[in-house]
Amino acid sequence: MGVRIERSEIAGIGVRHDVVTKSGQRIGVLIYRDDRREVAMYDINDPDAIAQSVSLTGPEAEAVADLLGHTAILSQLSELSGNVVGLFTEHLILPADSKYLDGPLGDTKARTRTGVSIVAIVRGTEVIASPTPDTGLEIDDVLVAVGTRKGLDDLANLLAKTTN
Amino acid sequence: MNLTTDTLLLIEVGALLLLMSVLGRIANRLGQSAIPLYMTLGLLFGSGSLLPLDASQEFLHTGSEIGVILLLLVLGLEYSPTELMTSLKKNASSGILDALLNALPGAIFGLLMGWGPIGATVLAGVTWVSSSGVIVKVLRDLGRIGNRETPTIVSILVMEDLAMAFYLPVLSAIVVGATLAQGFVTVAIAVGLVLFVLIVTYHFGSKMSRVFNANHAESLLLGVMGVAMLVAGIASAVAVSSAVGAFLVGIALSGQVAENAEKVVEPLRDLFAAIFFLFFGLQTNPGDIPVVFLPALALAVLTMGTKLLTGYVAAARAGIGVPGRWRSGLALMPRGEFSVIIAGVAVAAGVDAKIAPFAATYMLITVISSPVLARITDTRWFKRRMQNSATTSVKTLRGDGSR
Repeated sequence: MGVRIERSEIAGIGVRHDVVTKSGQRIGVLIYRDDRREVAMYDINDPDAIAQSVSLTGPEAEAVADLLGHTAILSQLSELSGNVVGLFTEHLILPADSKYLDGPLGDTKARTRTGVSIVAIVRGTEVIASPTPDTGLEIDDVLVAVGTRKGLDDLANLLAKTTN
Repeated sequence: MNLTTDTLLLIEVGALLLLMSVLGRIANRLGQSAIPLYMTLGLLFGSGSLLPLDASQEFLHTGSEIGVILLLLVLGLEYSPTELMTSLKKNASSGILDALLNALPGAIFGLLMGWGPIGATVLAGVTWVSSSGVIVKVLRDLGRIGNRETPTIVSILVMEDLAMAFYLPVLSAIVVGATLAQGFVTVAIAVGLVLFVLIVTYHFGSKMSRVFNANHAESLLLGVMGVAMLVAGIASAVAVSSAVGAFLVGIALSGQVAENAEKVVEPLRDLFAAIFFLFFGLQTNPGDIPVVFLPALALAVLTMGTKLLTGYVAAARAGIGVPGRWRSGLALMPRGEFSVIIAGVAVAAGVDAKIAPFAATYMLITVISSPVLARITDTRWFKRRMQNSATTSVKTLRGDGSR
């Protein structure tokens, strides 16, 4: 199973992304409006509450992200569109049982169906910028998409379709 | 020594500000909001008190009006039109539940107290709206901004703030004592105007912001203050309430302009908002408080209970576990700036004189007790209780995990 990232907006304060690890630990990354970041570990007994958290400055966050892997590229990408009203950048992980897996990107007809542009595909440490309809989709690919909130939700649903 | 009115004004205002500064520090030390202390200070020096201040009355009055405008302007700056719209779409049902559970008790109580339909409308607003200022401060102090129930809490606050954009014009129209038909027309105009501004802002907000230069602090400050006061004045002239005008200006500005404007306006907001709370205390006769204390306490207990229920249910709907539901409910309890603003509108319009001390007492009770109550969920006692109930119902807890 791919990693699921949950995104929650806290109006007037910032955005939080959560990841639940295989072992059941929830990790949250908060990005405040003023660019401060906070990495939080949630309580195992009470998964809604923070047990411990660390505040990071922008450069510190980048350093940690670099150490951890390719997430650095992703978080920077999602920040680019931070000031454009109504337009979001989101990284969508291709579900392992998606019917579009192993086929070309063009099969999804994402732009026609959802109005969302897929601007890049992140595969491991490699980035395929501006993928064409012929670009193949592989397991664990991360699609970087730009569109409206609704369009991105539609795209996520589209990608989640299985062969049956 | 030559004490003209002007020099006396400087001395009075200076002394008051100095006292408020000390009180602010004490409140901070205690993990409390400074609002109740500012209001209490006002009570000590206000009308009918031991030491009434006369020279600074007029200045503080003007200052308090600017305070309301700035409170609402900064609140509006914190939200973008898109955030408001998404909150509205996603959490409309929680917002309606919140309104029913918390505005109705106030309205019924107002009627029972014999304050008539106008008094009932005023009290409905006073009990309805939680204090976003106090709540966000408590959440920050307790390190709960990142908790999973926080977006639910905040979205309820956003809905309430937005609802005020409609409630305040309605209230202003009602309190001027128009006939039913007249009142209906005024309310329709007010609501239509607010809707119009919100829709225009939603679609053209970023274009409007371009009028200002985000990188020149001085002209930005003057420009944003100018527009806010101008719109507030015009709004007030057409009975839409100056506060709502300022709130709409804040929402209309977005992006870098809003971010920088918030930075330059915030210190001014702190100054004038403090004056606003002080002035409300000054206007209130402390002699009236003992009479209204028990009813205010009763209503406070009742509506803190209904807020607890609101938060609990809203968090449960968002898939939050039991401890998080309690945290949400307890966090939502304090009422604050809006309750005072609403009571202020009523006072200015000359509604029943008991309403101001009543609202002040009510708000002081909720705002002082709530930060203490919000900490209950961090106690060992609460955690142990939660764990005991969790082990007996592990399955249900797992079942309503995330989404």
